[in-house]
Amino acid sequence: MKFAVIVFPGSNCDHDAYYAAEHVLGQQAELIWHKDTDLRGADVVVLPGGFAHGDYLRTGAIARFSPIMQQVAAFAAAGRPVLGICNGFQVLLEAALLPGAMLRNRSLKYQCEHVHVRVEQTNTPFTIACAPGHVLKIPIAHGEGNYYAEPDVVARLEANRQVIFRYVTATGEVTDAANPNGSVNNIAGICNQARNVVGLMPHPERACELAVGSADGLVLFESVIKAVTEGAFSGAEAVTAKAAASAR
Amino acid sequence: MNISQELLDRHGLTGDEYQRILEMLGREPTITELGIFSVMWSEHCSYKSSRVHLKTLPTTGRRVLQGPGENAGAVDIGDGLAAVFKIESHNHPSFIEPYQGAATGVGGIIRDIFTMGARPIALLDSLRFGSLEDPLVRRTMAGVVAGIAGYGNSIGIPTVGGEIAFDESYTGNPLVNAFCLGIAKADEIIKGTASGAGNPVYYVGAKTGRDGIHGATMASAEFDEKSAEKRPAVQVGDPFMEKLLLEACLEVMQTDALVGIQDMGAAGLTCSTCEMGSRGGAGVEIDVALVPQRETGMTPYEIMLSESQERMLLVVKKGREAEVERIFDKWDLHAVHIGQVTTDGRMRVKSHGEVVADIPNGALTDEAPLYKRPMAEPEYLKAAQSLSLEQLGSPQSAAAIFARLIASPTIASKRWVYRQYDHMVRTNTLVVPGMGAGVVRVKGTRRALALSTDCNARFVYLDPFLGAQHAVAEAARNVACAGAQPIGATNCLNFGNPQRPEIMWQFARAVAGIGAACRALDIPITGGNVSLYNETDGNAVLPTPVLGVVGLIEDADAVVRRAFRRAGDVVILLGENRAELGGSEYLKVVHGLIRGVPPALDLDRERALQKLLVDGATAGLILSAHDCAEGGLAVTVAECCFDTGVGVEVGLPGVGDDQWRDVMTLFGESASRAVVSVETQYASEFLRRAADAGVPAVEIGRVGGERIRLSVDGRVAIDEPLRDVERMWSTTIENFFERSRAVA
Repeated sequence: MKFAVIVFPGSNCDHDAYYAAEHVLGQQAELIWHKDTDLRGADVVVLPGGFAHGDYLRTGAIARFSPIMQQVAAFAAAGRPVLGICNGFQVLLEAALLPGAMLRNRSLKYQCEHVHVRVEQTNTPFTIACAPGHVLKIPIAHGEGNYYAEPDVVARLEANRQVIFRYVTATGEVTDAANPNGSVNNIAGICNQARNVVGLMPHPERACELAVGSADGLVLFESVIKAVTEGAFSGAEAVTAKAAASAR
Repeated sequence: MNISQELLDRHGLTGDEYQRILEMLGREPTITELGIFSVMWSEHCSYKSSRVHLKTLPTTGRRVLQGPGENAGAVDIGDGLAAVFKIESHNHPSFIEPYQGAATGVGGIIRDIFTMGARPIALLDSLRFGSLEDPLVRRTMAGVVAGIAGYGNSIGIPTVGGEIAFDESYTGNPLVNAFCLGIAKADEIIKGTASGAGNPVYYVGAKTGRDGIHGATMASAEFDEKSAEKRPAVQVGDPFMEKLLLEACLEVMQTDALVGIQDMGAAGLTCSTCEMGSRGGAGVEIDVALVPQRETGMTPYEIMLSESQERMLLVVKKGREAEVERIFDKWDLHAVHIGQVTTDGRMRVKSHGEVVADIPNGALTDEAPLYKRPMAEPEYLKAAQSLSLEQLGSPQSAAAIFARLIASPTIASKRWVYRQYDHMVRTNTLVVPGMGAGVVRVKGTRRALALSTDCNARFVYLDPFLGAQHAVAEAARNVACAGAQPIGATNCLNFGNPQRPEIMWQFARAVAGIGAACRALDIPITGGNVSLYNETDGNAVLPTPVLGVVGLIEDADAVVRRAFRRAGDVVILLGENRAELGGSEYLKVVHGLIRGVPPALDLDRERALQKLLVDGATAGLILSAHDCAEGGLAVTVAECCFDTGVGVEVGLPGVGDDQWRDVMTLFGESASRAVVSVETQYASEFLRRAADAGVPAVEIGRVGGERIRLSVDGRVAIDEPLRDVERMWSTTIENFFERSRAVA
């Protein structure tokens, strides 16, 4: 299957996502320039980390206007899998493909370190290969990863089970100390209502080989391979709706 | 034009130098020419005080693909690839404006690397600050760290290591040395050359503004109370622009439309224009009116001397312009044709067609002034070298000293710093910062590179020749501990005012020491940078020649890390523990002294040790390895336990006199030592290998338990819970900053 990795000017984890898909998982991957208007037959779209357009104005704020984002939005609307990692998550928020916004980390500093996240829901294309409650060791690297949404939005996310990853201790407990950036409800990643668009601040593509410290991020990629191969989230909205229904 | 003495003073030119300009030109210079001479003949650009000494360094070797003289050095790492690397200082700007000074230092060294056609994959920073008790120092350090993070993180190059040390001498003059390494195809290294008459010269990148005018001249003067007024001479960085330039330039280099390329760093357009012409044996003619400008009404003088960041000068093959322009357009950059290559070996600058500067390239480069400055042994030296232990009174208990050393900022964990750096992007980082040498794998090969920057400036202060040898040995030992064969080095020589004979003496002796050590260890120097005038109000920093060593690991799976692996493993001390306290962290931290003679260094022994470390790693015998440096054996052994949750029990045969026996044994800083751990069943084989290699080796203990317990001659000297020691070590620096924030 084929991964499309979108390259914005200032993306800097594009090569890492490409490497994970192509070299670690042996799938097809293609870097797609933000001015392109064709996803070239991709089965899954990844918006990578980095500093798109320098993150000037606001993180992700300019990237949402890139020509390729129209195709990404259409791809998402068709129920097909889209993953936003770090800056890619921020772009998805700005593009209103996911709800909420990012504040500066409560430390007011950029933070690069391994954290633990718990898989809260397995009925998304990026978590179907996970066990519920599965704790993953994955690095973060961001200055603005403090997820915020209005209380009613957060309540809706929780009620709809759209919170996909939460910062936890190594043993899986949700504590304030385990929250690296101050995110509301320890939220590390969420999905849209249709569950096919997932955004998270931690970097699964940086945790695909033990040599670099962890291979826990692989399961996100394995999930989407499974999801696409088995026909879930392959564009048939009925399938998506069914998956969403069975989740409730 | 009337060129007054005052005007010359403001340009940092002496009367003699001005006479030389008159002779070279055969006429009075224009103001633009005066400015050009001023920056090109500044210490920063011309190396006029240092060149005679630098020429003595070994710069060749079988792996060297590019030695000094280009934008960076390059060594062959096999698989048809080259490691391209260099270190450079940004000390002066970082004191005046810490964030931008450090950020643009990182930006500058990255440009040097990708200019060579290499994809940058790793950054390291060697930093020196005053005491963290001083709020101004904390402010400077916080700004420097944020600046490095702001630039490196954004551009997506991991900061994988470096070191930080603290000493009062750096209070008003911090050192910020940035190292970058990139990977290029060995046969596709690009040079900063202009050749081929008629080939177009292009300007690409950020617009030129008035920032940084005379930055190179500033970096060639001492600081005084007026330094804060020099703020406009510090440039402002734009990492996003640099990221675009990086990607676009690497893409242009994939075509063969490029003749040469150089970044505009110190002395901006001036330096790139004359150096490219000089290297290619050609001339370059440009019209400054064509240069994209950020401000209105800029004079040719200002345009030529601006040090605005993120700008490149390219020479393109005639007829291939459209191809190159198309690539820059893709990245929303505009390549502007501002001139062409000529045959006359001159740098000709026009403004709207009118010539405003016309200077032979040679006058600005090879024929720039060269000084053999007077040298004299510093007066402090004799007294500083004498160390009388009797005058120190009775030593404190080993446990009390250990607690102070572990919490000394130079030794304590730098996590507060490197957590702010993206050290994982590009997914090559095999050994993260804070654990000895940083290690990055080279994708597409089996290999990895270990990188270390080091310098114990106290040793250099007490004996520049020996101390500089230590810097080479320590940096090389650090990469050897990771299992890497040292294959090349770069240096950043930070000293005071070279017009003072004692500073020049320090410099010359240190360069001689680096040369001697590099020859003995077979590590060529492929380039570097000299930073002089590191003084404030007449007080020089400790002489700090930082060495950056690159080591090659043939099999990335064989990388050795610092941390002990398993309870039960055997701990072995390699090298000889001698009664040596001179220049130690102990004397500095406990007694406030920089005294004595640095530890002796036998380079043959050092070489044998490093070979054993590499061979032992390759054979898979060594499970962990850690160089023994500041704080001595006690600190080394403790550091091996951090991040593992497993303690250690070690027994050492004592060295030194009765009263000082524990101190000498545990905290002495003898050279050429490392602590390794091996599996029990392979211990005897490893000890045999050490004996064959002529490296003293002795089993000193076992990994295990939850305490750090060290005995001397069978008596327990230190016995502390690992958790407590680790907490002290890991929170010291953080506490300085969080506490100060709480107060603020």
